[in-house]
Amino acid sequence: MGFQALLFYALAAVLLTAAVATVTLRCMVRAALCLILAFFTAAMLWMLLHAEFLSILLVLVYIGAVLVLFLFVVMMVERETPAEQRAPFRLSAALVALLMIAELLAVLGSEDFGPAQEVPSTIGSNTQALGAVLYTEYALAFEAAAVALLIAIVGAIALTLRERGEQHRQKPSEQTQASKQERLRLTDGRTEPPC
Amino acid sequence: MLSHTHFLLLSGALFAIGVAGVFVNRRHVLVLLMALELILLAVNTNLIAASHYLQDLGGQVFALFVLTIAASEIAVGLAIVVVVFRSRATIDTEELRELRE
Repeated sequence: MGFQALLFYALAAVLLTAAVATVTLRCMVRAALCLILAFFTAAMLWMLLHAEFLSILLVLVYIGAVLVLFLFVVMMVERETPAEQRAPFRLSAALVALLMIAELLAVLGSEDFGPAQEVPSTIGSNTQALGAVLYTEYALAFEAAAVALLIAIVGAIALTLRERGEQHRQKPSEQTQASKQERLRLTDGRTEPPC
Repeated sequence: MLSHTHFLLLSGALFAIGVAGVFVNRRHVLVLLMALELILLAVNTNLIAASHYLQDLGGQVFALFVLTIAASEIAVGLAIVVVVFRSRATIDTEELRELRE
């Protein structure tokens, strides 16, 4: 069994375990942590499939933004956890982080990857090849995806935005309407005591 | 050496776990969303494996679009969860049954 196959089986075991833990754990914070681990492991598996760009994209954008947003919402929605339950969170978070570091080292530090192993091709790296088809052949779909993202942003903001009564912020419409009589009072400093 | 079948089996198993998670956790909307994420991850893994073994970049491009739509789906889904939690103080689907009655 080659090193790649060994790596595949190890990553697959971690991925499936994390996925099962995600859907079975009662505690939602731990479930979200397991989901992060599952996504990271999947990213490493994509690296084995020579999809470097998507793999890095999954780690940076998806885990870095979407799943952390997920974690925020979970922590916001979940009821207050008693103090004695907090230490295991730290433990499981440390476990997830350690597993991710180990996977990174195993995949990126191995001899099977790197400049020596790069497949010589006419288009260059995976990112270049993807860009070459993405902006030409799939340009329309790319623009449609951008519009879909924009609509999602607007929708998410419109759903969660709420007006609060007592908020200290600038109101330009009131500021430009202010007149001198409202804001300015001239005194000579002697007839009236300073307030 | 690794074959296409390995990755197909893996993503199939992941997909099955995701679908099972949807049925197991019908009460918890957030875990439901996580199970959906797992399903989409399985789909993406499948697409990328096919892209690698068939030597066609179209699979990776499609996976990129699936990621984009999944991100927007999760953003809107989480926004809905936040709004429901604000107005009802719970996200338990068993207690959210105004439309059923």
